[in-house]
Amino acid sequence: MVTATATTTDARTVAETVTDPELPMLTLADLGVLRDVSEEDDGRVIVTITPTYTGCPAMDTMRDDLVHALRDAGYDEVEVRTVLHPPWSSDWITDDGKRKLADAGIAPPSTAPHTTSGPIPLTLSAPVHVVRCPHCGAADTEETSRFSATACKSLRRCRICAEPFEHVKEI
Amino acid sequence: MSFDNAYEAVSEANDEARWAFGTGFEDPLAGVDTTLPTGVDGEDLAAYCLMLGDDALIASHRLQEWCTHAPELEDEVALANIGLDLLGQARLLLTRAGKAEGSERSEDALAFFRDEHEFRNVRLTEIPNGDFAFSIARLLVFATWRLALLQRLADSKDPVLAAIAAKGVKEVTYHRDYAAQWTVRLGDGTDYSRKRMQTGLDAVWPLVDELFAPHPIERQLADAGIAVDPAGLRAEFDDVLAQVCTAATLTIPDAPPRAGVSGRTGRDGVHTEDMGFLIAELQSVARAHPEATW
Repeated sequence: MVTATATTTDARTVAETVTDPELPMLTLADLGVLRDVSEEDDGRVIVTITPTYTGCPAMDTMRDDLVHALRDAGYDEVEVRTVLHPPWSSDWITDDGKRKLADAGIAPPSTAPHTTSGPIPLTLSAPVHVVRCPHCGAADTEETSRFSATACKSLRRCRICAEPFEHVKEI
Repeated sequence: MSFDNAYEAVSEANDEARWAFGTGFEDPLAGVDTTLPTGVDGEDLAAYCLMLGDDALIASHRLQEWCTHAPELEDEVALANIGLDLLGQARLLLTRAGKAEGSERSEDALAFFRDEHEFRNVRLTEIPNGDFAFSIARLLVFATWRLALLQRLADSKDPVLAAIAAKGVKEVTYHRDYAAQWTVRLGDGTDYSRKRMQTGLDAVWPLVDELFAPHPIERQLADAGIAVDPAGLRAEFDDVLAQVCTAATLTIPDAPPRAGVSGRTGRDGVHTEDMGFLIAELQSVARAHPEATW
């Protein structure tokens, strides 16, 4: 139930301010993890999120952060649902989100490969698409590992300024 | 609590989220409409979810054993990430199994309080890590097989399995590429690295045929459009392995399959002698402190 203290700011606007626990420069909305916010007739707020990767350990923190932010804004009954379908794609990161990633020294993803019918092609060498260095802007960078401190990022190195950096993988 | 469709929700908020087994850990399928597709036996569906879930759980456990032992920091991180993806898949599949069988056994109950003969993973996942080349060969075989399987399972008539599979396809594509690239780097490397990589592949090979031998439940559910008959995955598997081995200058081994017991293998709950040690370690803390939380 909505109490007397509620609510001048709508629930969606509040939910859209919540940031990702591991990429705090991005909101969950920027990341494309926040799928839906709805206010029910009985005053409940239902928030729907989706994990970037199945094993993403940040999901519990995201749920708690959403509930707390909405409660602070006067929404007492908040339910956070998680959906797996359709699966998250890095294409869902907003343009604003990509800009914030680059500003924070993390190379944003380019367009994700589209699933076609038939077997998924094997990739025997690192993808050839250009990932620009977020520090110096050079295009001459190399992948050092497909995996990084979080499931959604790879590690790269700039051949020009020699700095290492992270890159949000295209999936 | 009701939802609009079967996979709309796989979770609910939990103010007492605890990173521990036993109690209080969030049920990743809470709130889902767990209605079974028409004509499907819940016990059969549960058995199938255990097969795929146990594959992921046990493979993940072996990958976790590489933590602090990998040859480079980047591979330490890579193997842990792959293990984490598989653990996530295992959580969903074991939870689905508990719901489908109607027992309401949680993912924790299934992971930590079953005995060895109740695990349904293929034996490939349970044998010890060996050296890095062996682990890479095992991951190449496992990920190639699982990717082909999950890609087909994404069309399952069970919407929960279909959603889990579609998400897993994106993850396992990366796992397969990682293993394939290391296979090529070692195989097409020095004489010594090539020899070690070929030895690793040779050692894995006796457990390959088992991946494609359908259990009666797999076949039955495949006929119903729920599961994938693994026999149909062999051609794609062989094609991918041939591509990798050609690039890696390795030879596809020609080794006889490792026998089961009276023809029974991992899917029947008949495991290698290494499985008991793995399970003992996996379950030791949960069994010693069954109600512990922190």
